Amino acid sequence: MADIAVLLKQVPDTNAKIVISGGRVDEGAVNKWSMSPYDEYALESALAQGGSITAITCGPARAKKLLTDAAAVGATELMHIVVEDLTTLDSNQVSSILSAAVQRTGATVVFCGKQAADTNAGSTGPGVARKMGAACVTLVSELSGDASGFSALRPSSEGMERVSIAAPCVIAFDKMATELRRPNVKGIMMAKKKAVETLSPADLGVDLGAADVTLQAQNPPAEKPAGQKFEGAESVATVVSKLRDEAKVL
Amino acid sequence: MTTIIAETSGNSLHPVTAQLVTAAGGDATIICPGGTGADEAAALSGVAKVISVEGDCFATFDGGAWGSAISSLCEGRVIAAATANGRELAASIAALKGCAVVQDVTGIDGDSITRPIYSGKANETLTVSADTILTVRPNTFPGADGGGSAPVNTVNQSADVAVAVQEAIAKASERLDVSDADVIISGGRGMGSIDNFSHLEAIADTLGAAVGASRAVVDEWGMSHSMQVGQTGKTVNPSLYIAVGISGAIQHLAGMRSSKYIVAINKDPDAPIFGVADYGIVATWEEALPALAEALGNL
Repeated sequence: MADIAVLLKQVPDTNAKIVISGGRVDEGAVNKWSMSPYDEYALESALAQGGSITAITCGPARAKKLLTDAAAVGATELMHIVVEDLTTLDSNQVSSILSAAVQRTGATVVFCGKQAADTNAGSTGPGVARKMGAACVTLVSELSGDASGFSALRPSSEGMERVSIAAPCVIAFDKMATELRRPNVKGIMMAKKKAVETLSPADLGVDLGAADVTLQAQNPPAEKPAGQKFEGAESVATVVSKLRDEAKVL
Repeated sequence: MTTIIAETSGNSLHPVTAQLVTAAGGDATIICPGGTGADEAAALSGVAKVISVEGDCFATFDGGAWGSAISSLCEGRVIAAATANGRELAASIAALKGCAVVQDVTGIDGDSITRPIYSGKANETLTVSADTILTVRPNTFPGADGGGSAPVNTVNQSADVAVAVQEAIAKASERLDVSDADVIISGGRGMGSIDNFSHLEAIADTLGAAVGASRAVVDEWGMSHSMQVGQTGKTVNPSLYIAVGISGAIQHLAGMRSSKYIVAINKDPDAPIFGVADYGIVATWEEALPALAEALGNL
C-alpha cells in the first residue's frame, strides 16, 4: 500500500450565510466551519485505500480542527501549514507549499477535492501535480485499484470515461455515490490526543516571494431588482408572454 | 498580446472560444490543441494568428501532457475557458510556468479582475500581474463575430501521456447538460417524487432546455449528480432558469442566481426562491406545468 497524502481545506459550511464587512468576507459571522465537501470524498477514498494517510491543510489556526476531524475517521498523520490569511497567497504559492508538504510525507499518491467550496477554483490539484512531477486526473467520481494502477471515472465530452493512472499521481475528487464514514466515540477520543505537525512555509523550505495576485475587495453579489410575483396557475400564460416580450428569452 | 487556448467540443470549436476572443480584447493568438477547430478559430474576428498544435498526446485529455505540449507556445496574457478541461489545463500551465492562475473570471478591466466566490454568494476583485493566467466563465462575454481570416501555423509537439482512457461511457440520455444549456428547468423536493420529473422533461424537450435538480432530490431520490445545481453541484448562468418545487436553500441559490432570468414556481408564497426570481408564480406544479406546456405551445 502506498502512502497517501490528502489535501483538505476548512471552509464556511455551504449552508452558512456569507456576510461582507469592510470589503472582506466577515469570518466572525460564519456560524459553522466545515471540511470542504469535495475534500470529504478525497478523505473517504483514501481511507478506503488504507495504509498511512497524512491529512494536510494549509490555513489559519482554526483549521487545526479539520485535521482532528480527519483523524477521528482514520487519518494516521496530521500536518498543518500555518498561513493566517489564505487570501494573501496566489495559486502558485499554494501549490508550492502543498507540494513541499506532500514531499515531506514521502507520499506518491495525493487525493484532494476538485475545488474548494470558498474559492471554487480547482487550481490546487493540477498545480500540486505539476510541482511534484506527478500525473493528474480531476472530477473523479469513482475510483478502484491501487497506486500501481488506479481506474478513475471522470466526465468527458461524450459522457463519462474510465481512465487509468498510476503513482506518482494526484486525484481530484468530485461528489461520489460513496457513503461518508462518520467518527465513533473511540475515534474522536483518539483524535484529540493525535499530534499535529505544525509548520510554516519557511519550515518546508518554500520561499514564497511576492504574490502575483492581490485581493482588492470582496463584495456581495449585485442586488437584483425585485421581481414580479403572480398568484395561481392562470398567471403562467402571462409570465410566458413576459418572457417573450420583456425578457426576450423565448 | 493575448494567447487563447481554444476549447473544443468533439471535432469542432466550442462556442466559448469566440467569447474568449472578446474577453481578450483583440490581437489574440488562438492555440488549438490537437489542431481541432483551427479553421473555425481563424475565421473569428479579432484573431491575429492561429497555432494548430498537433501531436499524439492530444488524442485524449491529459491536462499535464497538454500543458507540457502547449506551455512554450503561450505568450503574453493566457486565457482559457473555465470549463472542466480548461481549468485543469490552465492550472497545469500556470504551475509549470511558475505563475498564478485565476479561475472562473467574470470581469476583466485591465489588470483588475472580478470573479465570483462562494459559488456566487460573493464576488472578489483582484489585481493580477501581467503573466497571471485567466479562465473565463462561459456565457459571460459575447462571442466574437466571424469574418476574420487569420493565418494558421501548424506545429508538432510531443509530451508523455500519463492518463490513458480505458473505457468511454456514452451519456445515459441524450439530454442537454445543465452546464451547456441556455435554458434550464429544475425540480426540487416539491416535485413529490422522481417519477414526476417526466413532466419537467416534457417541457424541457419543448424548450430545448436541460433538466436540473436541487441537492435534496439528488441526495434523497438518487438523481444523477450531474444534474445538481448549487454550491456542491454545478454553477450555471443560462438565459432562463425555471425552478419548480425548489424552496431555494442558500446553497442552491448560490449555483443559479447569476442566471439572466429566473422563473420560480412554488406553492409556498414565502419560499426563499421568490427572493431571486424575476417572475414568481405561486402555484402547485400539478397546476402550473400543464399551463406552462400549453402557453409554450401557443408561442
